Amino acid sequence: MIGQPPQPGEGPAAKVIELCGVAKSYSGRTVVGPLTLTIAAHEFVALLGGSGSGKTTTLKMINGLVPPDRGSIRILSRPAGDEPGYRLRRRIGYVFQEVGLFPQMTVAENIAVGPRLAEWDKRRIAARIDVLLDLVALPRDVAGRLPVALSGGQRQRVGVARALAAEPSIMLMDEPFGALDPVIREGLGRDYRRLHDALGLTTVMVTHDVMEALLLADRIVVMEAGGILADGAPGALLNEHANPVVRALMETPRRQARRVDALAAGADVDG
Amino acid sequence: MDERVAAAWRLLPDYLAQHVLLSLCALGLGFSISLPLAVVASRSALVRWPALFIASLIQTIPSLALLALFYPLLLALSALCLTWFGKGFPALGFAPSLLALTLYSMLPILRNGVAGILGVDPAAVEAARGMGMTDRQRLTWVELPLAAPVIMAGVRTAAVWTIGAATLATPVGQTSLGNYIFSGLQTENWVYVLFGCGASAVLALAADQLLGLIESGLTRRRPWRIWAGSIGLVLGAAAALSPLAAVPAGASYKIGAKNFSEQYILAELMAQRLEAAGSRVTRKEDLGSATAYRALAAGEIDAYVDYSGTLWTNVLGRKDNPGRQAVLAGLTAELSRRDGVLVLGPLGFENAYALAMRSDRAKDLGVASINDLAGRAPRLSLGSDLEFLSRPEWKALRNAYGLSFKRETAYQPTFMYRALADGEADVISAFSSDGRIAADHLMVLEDPRHALPPYDAVILISPARVHDERLLAALRPLVGAISVEAMRSANYSLDRDTDKKSAAEAARSLAVK
Repeated sequence: MIGQPPQPGEGPAAKVIELCGVAKSYSGRTVVGPLTLTIAAHEFVALLGGSGSGKTTTLKMINGLVPPDRGSIRILSRPAGDEPGYRLRRRIGYVFQEVGLFPQMTVAENIAVGPRLAEWDKRRIAARIDVLLDLVALPRDVAGRLPVALSGGQRQRVGVARALAAEPSIMLMDEPFGALDPVIREGLGRDYRRLHDALGLTTVMVTHDVMEALLLADRIVVMEAGGILADGAPGALLNEHANPVVRALMETPRRQARRVDALAAGADVDG
Repeated sequence: MDERVAAAWRLLPDYLAQHVLLSLCALGLGFSISLPLAVVASRSALVRWPALFIASLIQTIPSLALLALFYPLLLALSALCLTWFGKGFPALGFAPSLLALTLYSMLPILRNGVAGILGVDPAAVEAARGMGMTDRQRLTWVELPLAAPVIMAGVRTAAVWTIGAATLATPVGQTSLGNYIFSGLQTENWVYVLFGCGASAVLALAADQLLGLIESGLTRRRPWRIWAGSIGLVLGAAAALSPLAAVPAGASYKIGAKNFSEQYILAELMAQRLEAAGSRVTRKEDLGSATAYRALAAGEIDAYVDYSGTLWTNVLGRKDNPGRQAVLAGLTAELSRRDGVLVLGPLGFENAYALAMRSDRAKDLGVASINDLAGRAPRLSLGSDLEFLSRPEWKALRNAYGLSFKRETAYQPTFMYRALADGEADVISAFSSDGRIAADHLMVLEDPRHALPPYDAVILISPARVHDERLLAALRPLVGAISVEAMRSANYSLDRDTDKKSAAEAARSLAVK
């Protein structure tokens, strides 16, 4: 499950997301950039960093929610700005921490929003809803419920289903599982990774959780102050990275794991 | 049933229909302006603050004044239209009432609309944008449905305000449930006042409950509540409006009246004669004094009774007093030349402004004429009707005799007589045809310097009806036919405290004589 290679058989993977020298500042303060990042088809990339590192702004530049001040963006080989932002966003799945289910719509209606925006016919939408509920492992009888009647984990499963509904090839996720308790969080993360592989998606996930990034992503981009500190496979980053900040960051889970082991053994854990 | 209650019931279908029509139109117009404005305001702070500020400012204008302000505004606009396009529009009645109430209804809808849209969960808005909704889709799929309960609460408030404020449309010539209140207040017919208040309160409560049902249906997502509320509103409005559909065709005249008993009776008298001749008559009562003449000149009413001195000083702006016949002749020539208005002729009595005191008080002070009053005035209080103190007659009187009272207070005429009886006022600006002068044993002070002009009651005809023989033939027999004694007793039958008559009854008794 962990660190699966990109799907084989497609030769040199197509460049799906290309950010070239993009920069964004708000009232004189630079939030991102200049930053260059290329993501290939079927990659699962984690943008890892603390708050204020520019990872969410970078994510939102990909689907045009935040227009860059400088630099160029190409999505699926098309320059951004080639079409209105909303058209681009209809082809990219978007999941975020607060989920943002529309509270006046049932689960089925929430899931149907993307297909309706893409002007699918009713029968196709209805069939798609059943498929998606199965994919995200929700019982079909939640379809008629309002979001308020669901648990937090169920709600985020609906959020994932809604993002996948219009069959996007790219998924953007902003701290998608951040608000969930650890057990549900891990299960949901693993389930999503399976979907990513099964559907052949390209996923960019923003997270501040090193463990989550390590366990889910094929590639981790460590960000700080709007720039890229490190960019590599989890295995590569874990082994004595040149940058001391990255080294300290990657060391955290192992240090914590050692302390937890020690706790279990009844030893003093002050170190 | 009491005669006054029965009379009130007979008027209800028409008053209610007009009231509901006005409120519905104002609310509909207010909603269709405020909601788009709320959407724009929720998107841009640059629009939001000015829009909310102006709407709040309008709300601070007393609603009666707001209604009153629209009349001169529309009159000026109508005059402009007449010059530019050769066709004006009625500046009295429905139009000014509709515009004022529309403005009045806007604040709650605007405020709740902005609050409702801005109050939508930011996560839902981010999801809508992130999924690729356009601005319009985000508005109609997400923001408006989520803001609907809050917006509906605003509509509810607006409906209650509008229905209440619509009672104030009466003085600008729009029939409403306010007609009960205004004429009831004037003639101390408390049955009418209560009837008007009660009917508008019941109407407001019913609208509030039905809109509340829709609001709770939106909040709790209960479609049956939304349907029940909507169907209730539609059926209620249809029932209330149905009398309007039954209006018969035929010649139709609009008879005006100012806001006191004598005017109600004379308007009734003219209306009854026209109806007896087979015409249909609309009564426009409770018009302001200056409003009435302008409405006639503009053709918004066809006929009403005014007083020669009032026209002489207020309309023509004259300060001299050449005597009764000369004033009448001057008016007839001048009004026709200036405005095309026909002075059909004097009814035969005067209703003059005069200063009056309680006889016992006058005797104690040794006052018989305004001359005697001048020296004592600084220790006395003057009570007047609502307009006397701002009329040229008062200026003339004050200058002629050097009058300066300790206190000058304006009352509704009814309450002015009360104030005199209670001793709150020592001197009042009375009307010489008022039945209460004899009944209350009042002394009318002489005016040896003739500072006050004569006040012959005259029938005025609007420019468009000057050659309307049907109208003229019906009204001409009234010229010279009413003595001051007959008018006084007719007035008193409305103004007295017990055994009150309606204006229609008083008019019938006057016609017999």
